[in-house]
Amino acid sequence: MNLVIVSGPPSSGKTSVILKTCDALKNSGHRVGVVKFDCLHTDDDKLYAAYGIPVKKGLSGALCPDHFFVSNIEEVVQWGIEEKLDILISESAGLCNRCSPYIKDILSVCVIDNLSGINTPKKVGPMLRSADIVVITKGDIVSQAEREVFASRVGQVNPRALTMHVNGLTGQGAYELSTLFYKDDLNLDTVKGMTLKFPMPAALCSYCLGETRIGDEFQQGNVRKMNWEQN
Amino acid sequence: MNIKTQTCGELLASYRWIADFFTENHLDLETAKNQTMSDYLASIADEQLEDLALDRDKVLSDFITFVTQMRELLGETAANRVDKLSILPGLNKEGEPEGFDRIDLYPSEIISIVGPTGSGKSRLLQDIEWTASGDTPTRRRILINDEVPDLKWRFSANNKLVAQLSQNMNFVMDLTCYDFLSLHAQSRLVQDAESVIQRILEAANELAGEPFSPHTHVTALSGGQSRALMIADTAILSTSPIVLIDEIENAGIDRRKALNLLLSKEKIVLMATHDPTLALIADRRLIISKGGIANVLDTTDAERRVLSELEIYDLKVQTLRRKLRYGERVDSL
Repeated sequence: MNLVIVSGPPSSGKTSVILKTCDALKNSGHRVGVVKFDCLHTDDDKLYAAYGIPVKKGLSGALCPDHFFVSNIEEVVQWGIEEKLDILISESAGLCNRCSPYIKDILSVCVIDNLSGINTPKKVGPMLRSADIVVITKGDIVSQAEREVFASRVGQVNPRALTMHVNGLTGQGAYELSTLFYKDDLNLDTVKGMTLKFPMPAALCSYCLGETRIGDEFQQGNVRKMNWEQN
Repeated sequence: MNIKTQTCGELLASYRWIADFFTENHLDLETAKNQTMSDYLASIADEQLEDLALDRDKVLSDFITFVTQMRELLGETAANRVDKLSILPGLNKEGEPEGFDRIDLYPSEIISIVGPTGSGKSRLLQDIEWTASGDTPTRRRILINDEVPDLKWRFSANNKLVAQLSQNMNFVMDLTCYDFLSLHAQSRLVQDAESVIQRILEAANELAGEPFSPHTHVTALSGGQSRALMIADTAILSTSPIVLIDEIENAGIDRRKALNLLLSKEKIVLMATHDPTLALIADRRLIISKGGIANVLDTTDAERRVLSELEIYDLKVQTLRRKLRYGERVDSL
């Protein structure tokens, strides 16, 4: 089985891009399944199911969805193998822009959209910087100049990625993307023992553990104050 | 110049644009000036890198890749020349062979693409953009200068084969026209940005029915002015040798002049259209049906005469529009 990890900021078009790519993969005779990670709620699983794509969803609830992803990805891989998938696509929630659920040696794709503004590449951390493929969406509604400026900004923070434009509505570019999702000679049977491309942010302060009161005396663990001098 | 052994300051002296890499990656160019990139990165505390979510080794190798790519972008104009683009036939949606042997397209040529919605126009354009080599659903092949194209056309962020102009495109940045063009010029590493910006503004004003100033915000431009600016910008600043146009609405812009501007920059212009004037302006038109190119028609002399008549009507409609806008009475067409 091949595993592809798709990540990206909210509303960047991850689900649309994956759906169109799945279509192309199915047409070329591949069995493809999706796992959707989210925080509180998602209906995307119903969308995938409506397209006849085997799907599972994982809601992290009160936990960080990317931490939740790492704790569950092995079981997800085993589900994919049981389902006899050729390709398993994991779609992340993409919340804080800091994290990335990417695993070393596993194809990682970041979906980011032209409408998010040209300063977005600078704001997004390892999710964009350490992706193997950067898919830029919503190119059909912005000018050629803005597409070029945006792509060049992406190139400044991740010059090694393959950068592609995909239209999630018409599927333009999805076929091309799909050809990068499957390699005959890859046969993954576990992700145990693999490592994340980039560590998750440090956490664990009193608020991680359910504290709700505000004030110095309630702040324990990994606590940091704003730097007022540099501000 | 060796990227690994030169100090960042020395690199900056030759390549102003490395400053962008520092800004986008939250690095401090001032501190780095007297050091090599590798020494500079080694001097940043682990904790600080962690806060910036940067990986020392990755930043270093990204920096080298970035400088190498940008140098190529600057020096590669000759290698990027497309003197001829050829389409070799594949199959339509029903698996039948397409109705042509080979189509050769040359710079400064306009080709229109006609066919009902859903007939496969987008697929054709996508095959060109992806430089298909029998590996897309149509099995078409694309050759550039009679050769199988380099894969860089597929994947490079800065070096796309096709620039696109379509009807529903907007400017989403809220900048003045001048600032907007500066930003674009900067991303294309243009040396003489000032004069390029002036040329684009002049060209755009010539295309637009109503002139606008460099200080106008791009979001405040009218539909015609926006299209004029987009076309002038694409013609002059975009390096993509092929321009794909999805209709040009016949309002507030001189379409003939717009196309001539693109042609004068030696672009190959492909134009998907339902508009008879645009379809006939082209030297040739590709007839798309059932997912394939069913036929290639050269524009005949009779069709050129029809075009001249059409243009007379177009002009009449435009004159009428202007008169009505300025409160005049009209009594005949």
